[in-house]
Amino acid sequence: MLASPDAPDRPRSPNIQIYRPQLTSVLSIANRISGVFLSLAAVGLVAWLVAAAEGPQTYLAVQGALASPLGRIALFASTFAFFLHFCGGIRHLAWDAGCGFELRAIYASGWAIVAASVALTVAAWIAALFVMA
Amino acid sequence: MIIRSSDQTPRITLMKRFPLPRNFGVRRESRIEQGRTWAAPAGATRLKAFEVYRYDPDSGRNPHVDAYQVDLDDCGPMVLDALIWIKNKVDSTLTFRRSCREGVCGSCAMNIDGANWLACTRFISETANPASIYPLANMPIVKDLVPDQNHLLAQYEMIEPWLHSKTPEPETERLQSPDERRRLDGYYECILCFCCTSGCPSHWWNGDRFLGPAALLQAWRWLADTRDEAAEERLDSLEDPFRLYRCHTILNCTRTCPKGLNPGKAIAEIKKKMVERRT
Repeated sequence: MLASPDAPDRPRSPNIQIYRPQLTSVLSIANRISGVFLSLAAVGLVAWLVAAAEGPQTYLAVQGALASPLGRIALFASTFAFFLHFCGGIRHLAWDAGCGFELRAIYASGWAIVAASVALTVAAWIAALFVMA
Repeated sequence: MIIRSSDQTPRITLMKRFPLPRNFGVRRESRIEQGRTWAAPAGATRLKAFEVYRYDPDSGRNPHVDAYQVDLDDCGPMVLDALIWIKNKVDSTLTFRRSCREGVCGSCAMNIDGANWLACTRFISETANPASIYPLANMPIVKDLVPDQNHLLAQYEMIEPWLHSKTPEPETERLQSPDERRRLDGYYECILCFCCTSGCPSHWWNGDRFLGPAALLQAWRWLADTRDEAAEERLDSLEDPFRLYRCHTILNCTRTCPKGLNPGKAIAEIKKKMVERRT
């Protein structure tokens, strides 16, 4: 080779710009994004609890915000993020125990957590709306 | 869909690429520019389009993507055949590594339609039209499809891929039972094409210190070998937040291995060994 191995002017081939999104990488990033989202949701949960301790007026204001369309969307997203992160966490536990590494198992468990988190989110909301009504 | 073996290409793809601009976060010298479109061969009836990443260090130009048309009636069935056809018939400056043309040497590893694979074992019929051909992802590029593997080979060397023994050398061979030998199955077959390491997002972001799936699979191959007597030292050198533990079990490695091996499983076995020796 003519150039030195660490020639700084050598271009780097593209990575995320060209690499095909796959269930493996998409669920990995989804697990992280849902984790970040959940820590934001945790702040919201604390705000709700503080409001409840503060008194009826503050509590009503926060409840009103949560009942607004934007608040509902945030709540729904938080539930989905929670179940996705929860199911993904179980999947990671199995991997940490050394189970489920065959490609077929990786894909089956991947689609299973997607289906399970959607189903659990819907079920949680049906239950919540039922209780409210 | 459920992928059963790594050689399967997806039947349906929701997203061909992550929704990012083509040169998102790319340094100036690596930005990909518009390339030229080469004329289709005269008189060909079955044409297939290829978009190929090009870079010539002597031109002073940035990398670019050239478009070619391949006459399928005049060309072999594999992507490597198409590249050789282009080099012979259209553009002799196209540069790529190849040797065995049967998936044994690992030279022609490249990014085909967004996933790393060997050009010699991927059918042209399995690729999109146009097929996009890039070098292995996230590698310093020497020329066209030829990546500089020095860093990855240095990482491989770091796991000391040879037998360490402390007991005196025996009179005859070091024996293994068939069962002990079987523990190496799925690990010794690695051809070091680096499809896995180049497809690992953790290695993209932390490749300077994270060893990557190829080197770690080899590390496990020596840890699993009953003739090797340096397991403790090997684990000591891997017990590091970056070298081993930057693996977040994304498993792009297992998805992309052209030999159908399982680097993800090998890394999990190493992590398990780490826990076992602490207790």
